[in-house]
Amino acid sequence: MSPADSARASRHFDQELQELRELLLRMASRAEEQVRNALAAVKQRDAQAAQRSIDRDGEIDALELEIEERTINLLARRQPMAGDLRTLVMTLKISTDIERVGDHAVNIAQCAKRLAEALPVPDVGDLDRMAEVSTGMLRDAIAAFIDRDAELARDVCQRDDQVDRYNDSVFRGMLSEMTRYPGAIVAALQMMLVARNLERIADLATNLGEDVIYIVEARTVKHHAGEVVSDVETEGEFDQ
Amino acid sequence: MPTIRVSANGEAALETRDVRVRYGNNEAIKGITMEIPRKRVVALIGPSGCGKSTLLRCFNRMNDLVPSAAVTGEVLFHGENLYADHVDPVEVRRRIGMVFQKPNPFPKSIYDNVAFGPRLYGRPPDLDDIVERSLRQAALWDEVKDRMNDNALGLSGGQQQRLCIARALAVTPEILLMDEPASALDPIASAKIEELIQQLVEHYTIVIVTHNMQQAARVSHYTAYLYIGELIEYDDTNTIFTAPHEKHTEDYVTGRFG
Repeated sequence: MSPADSARASRHFDQELQELRELLLRMASRAEEQVRNALAAVKQRDAQAAQRSIDRDGEIDALELEIEERTINLLARRQPMAGDLRTLVMTLKISTDIERVGDHAVNIAQCAKRLAEALPVPDVGDLDRMAEVSTGMLRDAIAAFIDRDAELARDVCQRDDQVDRYNDSVFRGMLSEMTRYPGAIVAALQMMLVARNLERIADLATNLGEDVIYIVEARTVKHHAGEVVSDVETEGEFDQ
Repeated sequence: MPTIRVSANGEAALETRDVRVRYGNNEAIKGITMEIPRKRVVALIGPSGCGKSTLLRCFNRMNDLVPSAAVTGEVLFHGENLYADHVDPVEVRRRIGMVFQKPNPFPKSIYDNVAFGPRLYGRPPDLDDIVERSLRQAALWDEVKDRMNDNALGLSGGQQQRLCIARALAVTPEILLMDEPASALDPIASAKIEELIQQLVEHYTIVIVTHNMQQAARVSHYTAYLYIGELIEYDDTNTIFTAPHEKHTEDYVTGRFG
């Protein structure tokens, strides 16, 4: 193959990679939106909005299947190397993680439906701040993937600690609300579940961040908690 | 500066020091220093004209046969410079064999092809054993044992190439140099050569030049990327194909070169 042929072929492959990246971006944006909508439904005690969120999860699942199929086809046909190989293998992992984010959004929406029928908890403590940090991590992890920004990805990983601490704090806060207001036990339990799902979303955003670092720098940072990510000791008691 | 991370730790089968090759005024190899570890497969890759075949030919003085080629620097084999005055190039080529892109059996019988080298170096009494052992090592014995007197040119391309490998093995070399040994073969014959390379490396050191990057990735332990006569990067094959350190290597292995 002459260099000119090679460059032409490569441009077509670049186009295919770009289309895949756009699909992944669409999937990630959908998942992020789902989390935001589910959290809004929790806040506004809106069971209908929650149900709409639950109904839309199928779109994310369909995107996951499409991304998986395209990625496998590209691996087979292009036999990618180096950066392209890392991108495609990580695309498979990232799409699986984003699909899980979608599932957690559904869990939160289900909590929202139950919360809409329960007596409210007077004080939700750090839950709003936790939601803000977790969704911010997700948004930035996606941005880091799009922009191949390893620094931003590292920053996402470092925020996971904070979410774990909020999770502990919400857990304790809800226990205390249950003691003070037995009528709010049902709602407080649901809030604990919302917090647990947010904590999981933050974990998945951290995974995305680690995957982006691998794509960009070919460095595996996973399980080297001291370097980039929080230590796992601080995981919430609820995280069983 | 090139990235060279392969160190044979004293177990080098070959070592080059600032090897340069000139064809007239054109410098085809511009000072390459590298080690080829013993009983490992090293792949030389790079675009056409990068010097990979020229470098390969330095390893057993095949460039001597090109009148305009001038080699400087050292190629050390058992601590001795192959280009030293007293070294006999014929003996070099016995101990460092070569297999070419196009199978080139002699128009003789299968037996005579393999027996050719041993006969040249004296008539060993166990010639039949040498022929059988070499054909077995080249994974050809079962296919030809009943027709040893047939003309070698009647074999398929893949069989001819394995015959050439058997012919090289018959003179008990330590190193096998392979210049695109599978590029003229169909995928099945090519796969057999690759399988054979992985068996041979238990006993031999192999340096292979290939245009086929997937082939380099499949068969080699180490890969050297050359560009216009320079060694750009030389590292273990996993690193070269998953996370090369040099941008130029990355561009080549991902097909963005040019």
